[in-house]
Amino acid sequence: MKSKAPSIPYLIWMLVFTIIPLAMVVYYAFTDRSGNFTLQSFADSLFYTDVFVRSLWIALLSTAICLLIAYPLSYIMSRAKASTRNVITMLIMLPMWMNFILRIYAWVLLLQNDGLVDLAVHLLGLDVPLLGNAGAVVLGMVYNFLPFMVLPIHSVMLKIDNRLVEAAQDLGAGKAKVFSKVIFPLSIPGIISGITMVFVPTASTFLVAQYLGGTGDKMIGDVIENIFQRDKNVGSAISLALMIIILVFIIIMNKFGDEEAAVA
Amino acid sequence: MKKLLCVALCGAIIASTTIVFAGCGSSTPKEEINVFNWGEYISNGEDGSLDTIGEFEKRYNIKVNYTNYESNEEMYNLLKESNSSYDVIIPSDYMISKLIEENMLEKIDFDNVPNSKNIMKRYQTTDFDPKGEYSVPYSWGVVALCYNKTMVKEKPTSFKSLWDKTYSGNILMFNNSRDAMAIAMKLKGITPTTVTKKDIDTATKYLSEQKPLLKKYVMDQVFTEMEGDQAALAPYYAGDIAVMMTNNDNLDYVLPEEGSNLFIDSMCIPKTTKHKELAEKFINYMLEAEVAKANAEYLGYSTPNQAAYDLLDDDIKNNKLIYPSDDYLNKCYTFANLPQDVYDYMQNEFLKVQS
Repeated sequence: MKSKAPSIPYLIWMLVFTIIPLAMVVYYAFTDRSGNFTLQSFADSLFYTDVFVRSLWIALLSTAICLLIAYPLSYIMSRAKASTRNVITMLIMLPMWMNFILRIYAWVLLLQNDGLVDLAVHLLGLDVPLLGNAGAVVLGMVYNFLPFMVLPIHSVMLKIDNRLVEAAQDLGAGKAKVFSKVIFPLSIPGIISGITMVFVPTASTFLVAQYLGGTGDKMIGDVIENIFQRDKNVGSAISLALMIIILVFIIIMNKFGDEEAAVA
Repeated sequence: MKKLLCVALCGAIIASTTIVFAGCGSSTPKEEINVFNWGEYISNGEDGSLDTIGEFEKRYNIKVNYTNYESNEEMYNLLKESNSSYDVIIPSDYMISKLIEENMLEKIDFDNVPNSKNIMKRYQTTDFDPKGEYSVPYSWGVVALCYNKTMVKEKPTSFKSLWDKTYSGNILMFNNSRDAMAIAMKLKGITPTTVTKKDIDTATKYLSEQKPLLKKYVMDQVFTEMEGDQAALAPYYAGDIAVMMTNNDNLDYVLPEEGSNLFIDSMCIPKTTKHKELAEKFINYMLEAEVAKANAEYLGYSTPNQAAYDLLDDDIKNNKLIYPSDDYLNKCYTFANLPQDVYDYMQNEFLKVQS
């Protein structure tokens, strides 16, 4: 019989900081101010459907762009020399040592009128507002969450046994074939966890849209933050709805991942 | 070697947490009070200003636990729901009347606060505390219109300019329901002191018309926007406009002709206090002429303290943005507490305008 004692602190931690808060969110979502059962909070949250859709769309777009950037980069990194790889990993991690809000704020300064990026765009003869639109929000998200896509994909690719690649080559597979039949299928777990780690925070984050977006780019995280200060019930209902949407998304992703892995 | 380093690092991390916990356990023999105030709302010793808290601690050998909040609502929630016992809080007008109504404030024993004689007549009693029993004014100001002279050709006269299509995309608006709604209401002929849901609907409609013209809803971001010539017009608190104007010569201000919000933040003692007399001692200290003057200079807001006002430089005393004429102040309104359902309605409607 193995002792369960070592796991007790973790169980308590999870109970106190995950299970109980979650139960409280559920409780508040289904009750009114005086604690009676009601679905009114969910009815009230329906008003924010547009904001929901907008947030999920921005999250999806940001995740897709992160994947497009991160996948080739991870591939290159996994093929590179160990020293080069360490330098690149370091460079990707470096911005994360700075405060999140400072990084977003730096983008405000770069993109604003007569900011560095704005001036560069002007030199190219373009006159488009860079700040205060959905594009700027997506840019901020991609910038902030890119490391969460690169690192899982990279660590999975690194573990791919090079003998599998050699075996495929011995059997006559060209570069494209090796990639599509060996490397890509084996990297799917990394892609899945990368997508989850980027999509979930981008869908629920707040502040980024407040700083980089305009008046039409409010995201659901900002709405929840605002409502929670005065109305725990509606705030909880919206949070719960968001959690369920994200959960469904993760389940679909994992199903998809399992099937792909099975085919491979 | 690498393993060793790893173990050493882990050890350091664990050690640091135990130090933190050990720090919590150590007992301090000194008496303590908990002061809860707005962020950046007290002179703190920067740039040669008075270190208000440090000076108090030194003089009376009392430890001050000084914490901040960013909105009256945040303060209210913490006061109501956390177990901390706050001894002195500095909320705004309407929040004070709410706290009085909900029986959350102690009456101040003015025998322990002799310096309250320094408070100007105008602020000794207020709409939110008609007998002046629960609060001692700390700071006040009006909401004014800040504009950028290079972008706005004709000097504006009223908040109406915030709806002017000429400046579409260059207008900023309060990201705060009470202030934003009040501006809209006043322009629609409603006095925003207390309001009904119908008044809120009128303001909501007007604010929805404004939204397409706006660059952003802002609070603190107004500083970077206006100081960096990024926007043409913004309503904001007078003391902050004065700061922006010193940082950017292109900026100027207007006191809107229709009148504006006169806000007052006052020191109060919540019922949670465990050291009422120490709290009164702190309030009395804050009312000393030199201390109040240092805070007025640091904040850039207006002081209700006559003794402190007398010590200020003439160019501050004569600044009509900071100290508007009595005639103008008579045109201004203060906020009173709204019934909970009306205030909730206001905040929800404002959020809906933004969503």
